[in-house]
Amino acid sequence: MATLELQGLAKSFDKTAVLHRIDVSLQDGEMLAIVGASGCGKSTLLRLVAGLEQPSAGRILLAGRDIIRLDPAARDIAMVFQNYALYPHMSVFDNMAYGLRIRGLSKAEIGRRVQVAADMLGLDALLARKPRQLSGGQRQRVAMGRAIVREPQLFLFDEPLSNLDAKLRVQMRAEIRRIQRNLGVTSLYVTHDQTEAMTLGDKLLVLNEGRPAQFAAPMEVFARPADTYVAAFIGAPAMNFLPATMGEGGVVATLADGARLVLTDGARPGLAGRKATIGIRPEHLVLAGKGGGDAGGFATTLDLAVELIEPLGSETLVHGMLMLDGTSLTLVARLPGGPPSLTDGRLRLGVPAAELHVFDGETGKRVEVG
Amino acid sequence: MERRTLFQGWKLPVALVLPQLLLTFVFFLWPAGQAVWYSMTQQDPFGLGSVFVGLSNFRELFADPLYVHTILRTLVFCFAVSALAMTVALALALVANRELRGRAIYRTLLIWPYAVAPAMAAILWLFMLDPEIGLLGHPLVKAGLPWDYHVSGLDAQFLVVLASSWKQISYNFIFFLAGLQSIPQSVIEAARMDGARGWRRLRTIILPLLSPTMFFLLVVNLVYAAFDTFGTIWALTEGGPGKATETLVIKVYRDGMINQDIGGSSAQSVVLMLGVIAITAVQFRFMGRRTKT
Repeated sequence: MATLELQGLAKSFDKTAVLHRIDVSLQDGEMLAIVGASGCGKSTLLRLVAGLEQPSAGRILLAGRDIIRLDPAARDIAMVFQNYALYPHMSVFDNMAYGLRIRGLSKAEIGRRVQVAADMLGLDALLARKPRQLSGGQRQRVAMGRAIVREPQLFLFDEPLSNLDAKLRVQMRAEIRRIQRNLGVTSLYVTHDQTEAMTLGDKLLVLNEGRPAQFAAPMEVFARPADTYVAAFIGAPAMNFLPATMGEGGVVATLADGARLVLTDGARPGLAGRKATIGIRPEHLVLAGKGGGDAGGFATTLDLAVELIEPLGSETLVHGMLMLDGTSLTLVARLPGGPPSLTDGRLRLGVPAAELHVFDGETGKRVEVG
Repeated sequence: MERRTLFQGWKLPVALVLPQLLLTFVFFLWPAGQAVWYSMTQQDPFGLGSVFVGLSNFRELFADPLYVHTILRTLVFCFAVSALAMTVALALALVANRELRGRAIYRTLLIWPYAVAPAMAAILWLFMLDPEIGLLGHPLVKAGLPWDYHVSGLDAQFLVVLASSWKQISYNFIFFLAGLQSIPQSVIEAARMDGARGWRRLRTIILPLLSPTMFFLLVVNLVYAAFDTFGTIWALTEGGPGKATETLVIKVYRDGMINQDIGGSSAQSVVLMLGVIAITAVQFRFMGRRTKT
């Protein structure tokens, strides 16, 4: 039974800070997905917890015990590496048994644990093989098995699916989640894939250049992104942003072309008279009637010059340009069904007032009602 | 993946290969052929003529207990040099592979001995270990240590093994370092998390992954010790005292160049040649199999 707490964890290489004060708290059995663009420090964070790197500041509490001074082997943590890091000269069985032998477990116990893991992962017939005789997916399973047999307090996954093809990735994603749930082991899962992050994590930590941008449940992050970085990162295609100026009282946002958006959910008085960024997700844009105007409960309608239509079968992505007072903005809409019919290569899209996200135009931080 | 350039006609490809073929012929095949021929002849004492004697030179050779002794001595010498040079080089490479301050300087310095000529290396060791004038040897003798390689065969053997190994450590070091760096860092990290450290990690992870490098170096070191140590040994002891440090190449030189027994010396060369061919064949087969999988 292990909870995990990271308190003010920071890491600098020489004088370059790569992680700034990470605070995370996980319940027993929870899975935390750590997501961010490459170079955001997410792998470094994992390596700090693993003990492969020493933090510059902060504490790591595993089951209430500070493990920072402990050797990686003494931390009771197992890790699945991105390239699997299997021992090439050992059989599948020996790869899994290696850590157990070092820990001095009895032969019978080692055999039992490896057997259980092999059954769980469908590796039974492969135990005598060497890693080079396995496919990518099988190697991935062995790497999982090596972590499972350790029966650790914490699993660390470092982009374990990034070397697999798309179909296998979806399959293994579900499998990792199922196994992790069944075993009930607290886990950290690093990925750059926002879909993996959304589907796997009980909690989500979004990192932006070494800083924690948001730490919350996935749906919370999706519904209420803390800043424009998170908003753009989580959700595909990415959220659209419209630069605007907030009117007096913080209720009406004016776009550069003079269009007015009324924030029906409430006022943002803090932003009154200042620049704001209005966010709207592609799937929230809807086809507006040809009549135009602000009919039908839309905050406003946008006149899109369509550049590209991508029919995906059940839905269609529409990419286009929006002219706002001389500057052009790219915009993406995700519409249900097949391709819409255009008028002169243009499309009118309605912006539902209820789906708007409001960010500070300077800091990019989310601004809530009140 | 197969990549081939197709030439039209045969003249250009032949012209391109010819220089290498000529070199191989003039410097390798021809002398080797001559050695084989001489090994089956007997020269008269004044070098004015020779007669074909078939395999009698070889028969004589293997009937000579001194020759069989030299073979055994050479084997011991070769394995001693290989073991010492490889062990020390591996230890140094393991250190140099760590995160070290001044790592580049350390690595560069370790490569230097390779550039020292064999005779120079021998002189350096003489200056250090000579019982009369050696920086280290003289104080040791004064301190009461019975050390004199001019007299003691064992001391002399120790000295030639030491000097010969020192020359080869640089070469081994480079290969071991390259081998260590080709081991994926994540495999070492996985072993760390599995709890393997120190000697255990070395024995169960690093050494097995280095085994192709080790095998390659073993062959190279054996061949080096058998042939390229001539200069070092000759400058140090000339094969003495007695025959204590006489290896096969020293004996070839002594019998052929000093004692003017061209036929017998050539027969020894041919035996050596067969030995090298055998070692190389084993290496090619082994390495070939490894790279296929």
